[in-house]
Amino acid sequence: MSERSWRRLVVVQVLIASMMLALMGRLYYMQIASGPMYNAAALDNQSRDIITPAARGMILDDKGVPLAMERTGLVVSIDYTTLQKQKDGGKDVLTRLAKVLGTKYATVRARTTLCGAGGTSVTGCWNGSPYQPIPLTQSANPDTALQIIEHSEQFPGVTAEPQGFRYYPEIGGTNAAHILGYIGQVSADELKSPSAQTTGLHQYDIVGKAGLEYQYDPELRGQSGIKQVVVDRTGAITKVVRNTPAVPGDHLVTSIDSRVQKVVEDQLAAAVARARAGAPGDPLGPHQADGGAAIVMDVTNGRIIAMASYPTYDPNIWANGLSVKQAKSLFSETSHVPALNRAIQTALAPASTFKVVSLAAASAAGYNLNANYNCPASLRIGDRTFTNFEGERPGLIPMRTAIALSCDTVWYQIAYDMWVRDGGLTPKAHPADYFFKAAKAYRIGQRTGVDLPSEVAGRLADRQWKIAWYNANKHFFCNYQKEAIPAQRTPMLIAIAKENCVDGMKIRAGDAVNFAIGQGDTTETPIQMAQIYAAVANGGTLWQPTIGRAILKPDGTLVREIKPKKLGRIPMNAKTLAFTQNALRAVVTEGTAHYPFIGFPISVSAKTGTGEVYGTNPDGSAKDTTSWLATYAPTEKPRYVVVMMVSQGGTGSLTGGPSVRKIYEALFGIKGSTVNPADSLLPGGPPTALPSLTSAGRLVPLGGKPK
Amino acid sequence: MMMSYSRQTRVRDRFSHALERDGIIRQMDLVLIAAVILLLAIGAVLVSAGTRNWYASAGLDPNYYLKRHLINILVAVSLGIATMFFDYRLLKAYTPILWVIAFLGLIAVLIPGIGSTINGARAWITLPGGYSVEPGEFAKVAVITGMAMLLAERREGEKDPKARDVTQALLIAALPMLLIMLQPDLGTAIILSASVVVVIAISGASWKWIAGLLLLACLGSIGAVKLHVLHDYQIKRLQSFVDPNADPQQSGYQLRQSRITIGSGGLTGKGLYKGPQTNGRFVPEQQTDFIFTVAGEELGFVGSAGIIGLFGIVLWRAGRIARRSSDLFGRLVSGGIMAWFAFQIFENIGMAMGLMPMTGVPLPFLSYGGTSLFAVLIGIGLLENVHMRRS
Repeated sequence: MSERSWRRLVVVQVLIASMMLALMGRLYYMQIASGPMYNAAALDNQSRDIITPAARGMILDDKGVPLAMERTGLVVSIDYTTLQKQKDGGKDVLTRLAKVLGTKYATVRARTTLCGAGGTSVTGCWNGSPYQPIPLTQSANPDTALQIIEHSEQFPGVTAEPQGFRYYPEIGGTNAAHILGYIGQVSADELKSPSAQTTGLHQYDIVGKAGLEYQYDPELRGQSGIKQVVVDRTGAITKVVRNTPAVPGDHLVTSIDSRVQKVVEDQLAAAVARARAGAPGDPLGPHQADGGAAIVMDVTNGRIIAMASYPTYDPNIWANGLSVKQAKSLFSETSHVPALNRAIQTALAPASTFKVVSLAAASAAGYNLNANYNCPASLRIGDRTFTNFEGERPGLIPMRTAIALSCDTVWYQIAYDMWVRDGGLTPKAHPADYFFKAAKAYRIGQRTGVDLPSEVAGRLADRQWKIAWYNANKHFFCNYQKEAIPAQRTPMLIAIAKENCVDGMKIRAGDAVNFAIGQGDTTETPIQMAQIYAAVANGGTLWQPTIGRAILKPDGTLVREIKPKKLGRIPMNAKTLAFTQNALRAVVTEGTAHYPFIGFPISVSAKTGTGEVYGTNPDGSAKDTTSWLATYAPTEKPRYVVVMMVSQGGTGSLTGGPSVRKIYEALFGIKGSTVNPADSLLPGGPPTALPSLTSAGRLVPLGGKPK
Repeated sequence: MMMSYSRQTRVRDRFSHALERDGIIRQMDLVLIAAVILLLAIGAVLVSAGTRNWYASAGLDPNYYLKRHLINILVAVSLGIATMFFDYRLLKAYTPILWVIAFLGLIAVLIPGIGSTINGARAWITLPGGYSVEPGEFAKVAVITGMAMLLAERREGEKDPKARDVTQALLIAALPMLLIMLQPDLGTAIILSASVVVVIAISGASWKWIAGLLLLACLGSIGAVKLHVLHDYQIKRLQSFVDPNADPQQSGYQLRQSRITIGSGGLTGKGLYKGPQTNGRFVPEQQTDFIFTVAGEELGFVGSAGIIGLFGIVLWRAGRIARRSSDLFGRLVSGGIMAWFAFQIFENIGMAMGLMPMTGVPLPFLSYGGTSLFAVLIGIGLLENVHMRRS
């Protein structure tokens, strides 16, 4: 045997030794260095969470009438993975299923498509986990369920069984869809949010997506029961590690009165219909009236008794599965976006209703409110002519009458004078800015903080806003010839653009006078309007509007009361406030809101508004005016504020007036010209006691026996 | 009466003789024997641990695999002992017969009706009674002894094998390899190739042969992928080796689960029979090709490193036997067996830990499976055989 053979044998042995060392090294790396990581992966592998959904708490009205509740229905759901395993991707099964459920294949297909699968998001897609059965309907009729159960071989992965689901009973026809909102499968984004960690949100949970369902979700939701099990490779359970039972959610008592709510919803719809038909005596009708909002609020504490938005939708639309058509319609422009809660999500020029702010400004500036002022038909300021929007009576009139008749030219003069005093186009270093300061103190441009999500703030078009607006649009105006579309390159628009380019950052005379009468860039939401008029009515307190009154445990014991919160006071001294209240009464007795309240046995105070809106409708017509009517009653001892707004609805008085009158009739128990407090929907005012539940969690309506 | 008495005496005499200083037992490599016995015992425990709960939960005999494994060990050890006492120098004469049998076996598996396919490779002959044999395992022994025989033949004055000897030896290796590739059993082919290169290297053949063979191996593997010689599932396995997420449900899943199972064992493991990954059967083929994962999870680093250590002892003793062999045939046989064991161990454990691509080879001494165990213990028998007859 050669030396070479021996040497090579040694080389091979060294090679083998290094191979064994490599194995050792790898073993060390995996078990010691990365052991914890692999251990976690193993746990993740072996354990599964089985979720038992918690019963969601009820949402109750002020007397304990359920607005939202759990209901047991026949739920038909389908298992995604079983569906995927079908040879044709489940087409056959879904076609059969659609037929049995009486819906379209496309709808069922969309609902069983995972959101974001393949980079696209189908309308109505399944937002939850592919391992959780996808509910297709929550109220199948027993025949349908039987058909599915008896022919289970034709419906692989499809189950039909009784399950709890969210139900909005709409007792007495109350809709309240925008207040209540809706629920849905928790999304990936919601799971990632920091609040999800603290509230113990689980990936299979159902959560509130809008309205009170969203706002009070942590309380209403409860805690899902989690059974953590160890499974083997086939998914069979080998051990139960932990079993936490579900904790039912708490109930939410609101200040909404379902019967008043129903009246307000009907009257809002009636006002819209009136505007569309052309209100009697309205020379400018009929109007487009594409939507509206109405609010009833307790002026003494800011609690909301009713809040309606038009158009609305069926809150149970989600229970039976949203069809593609329904989902599109909810957010479509042509159906006027029914999903939008116009009471808190639409901000429009407040028009003459803004004059309660202007009165505070004028008073602060030293104007004598008891003096007479000139009210010409029009006023020329600079090179523009400003006219009255609503009533007009040329000549010298008292300020009270100017408010009652909604004379604008009085305010043009006052605002113009103040603007000049502040330096006009070359403002002083510290301008007095009485109007802007008053508006700010009235919280114009700030959210009211109502306990509903997605409230918009409106806008206070003061000096800072003007500068910010200019900086954002400077480039466009200064390069108008290049940037604007050809159709907009008319000589007039080019001239305006040029003007804006030069001094668009400044408050011009036109801006100042428009501001005083609530036109121009300043906007308010109906809820802000209610907040402001409640403050005028209650002696000056700006309340944070609230809907929630209390949280009750499932057995009815009190968790916490939701106390009304004061946000501030309106900037008026007692004298100015008294003058303002007096003037608002005059609006009804002799002014623009006289017509709807003729012969009304309860004294109502009000202010009308007709807001200009810039822009055009999809059909090319110019946008019609916003109809505002802000009221409170009784004038002597105010209790309720009623605000009604109809967008593109004409004038406040003609469109909203008769409807607001009907709402007061319901609130006070009025028939014709007689008041019968017993007929009032809220005899003695809104209830102060909380509705109670028996220990079994059953409801005891105020003044009644358990149902 | 007398006859039987004298036979008894003869047996007793032989036995006591064997224990004498120059006796046959004293001549054996006892360290190697001890390591092998330990490994076989550990293997039996791991096979039991890997299958007991699984079978019990299915309502079957929990010791089904253990029992069969113990029978296999018994047969394997008998084969090993028989091999040990059969002078390897005489074995040379039988080598061609062994080779022809292995060759025919490899042809048989390719005949439909005789051969059966398991995990994508047509490598098995099913026998009555639920048994099956894998001729590829015996082919390893046949190829190594066959090559050793040809390379150890020397004419007068020759120190190292000449081109003709090497060519003949390669032919002996190439024919069974071709058949194994046809099954296709990539793992066995790779292990066999590596062993062939080692045997030729130790034979003292010119370095050009070694360089040429290594080059051929490289070109061969590139060509196999490019010319689509490899089956889809093999390419998937190779891809999932590079990127475990490439095919998460199939081979990637197995590799991922295998790594999780080993890694979760930590320092001391989850305890015998207590591994949740093992008991949940997350790793497929756990009693055969993935037996090391049972050790990894239930015995932890301490136990698994101990097993690798025992393998190290076996390989060290095999190398020592090769070095001390009295003739080149003995050296080539033991060197070839060492290389076979080493590469098979490295491939199997390396695969379980994600170091090597996934191929279906059993872990010597530990995996459940008769044929592999038989071949491995015949290999040990040959090593002892060479050792006992050293100069």
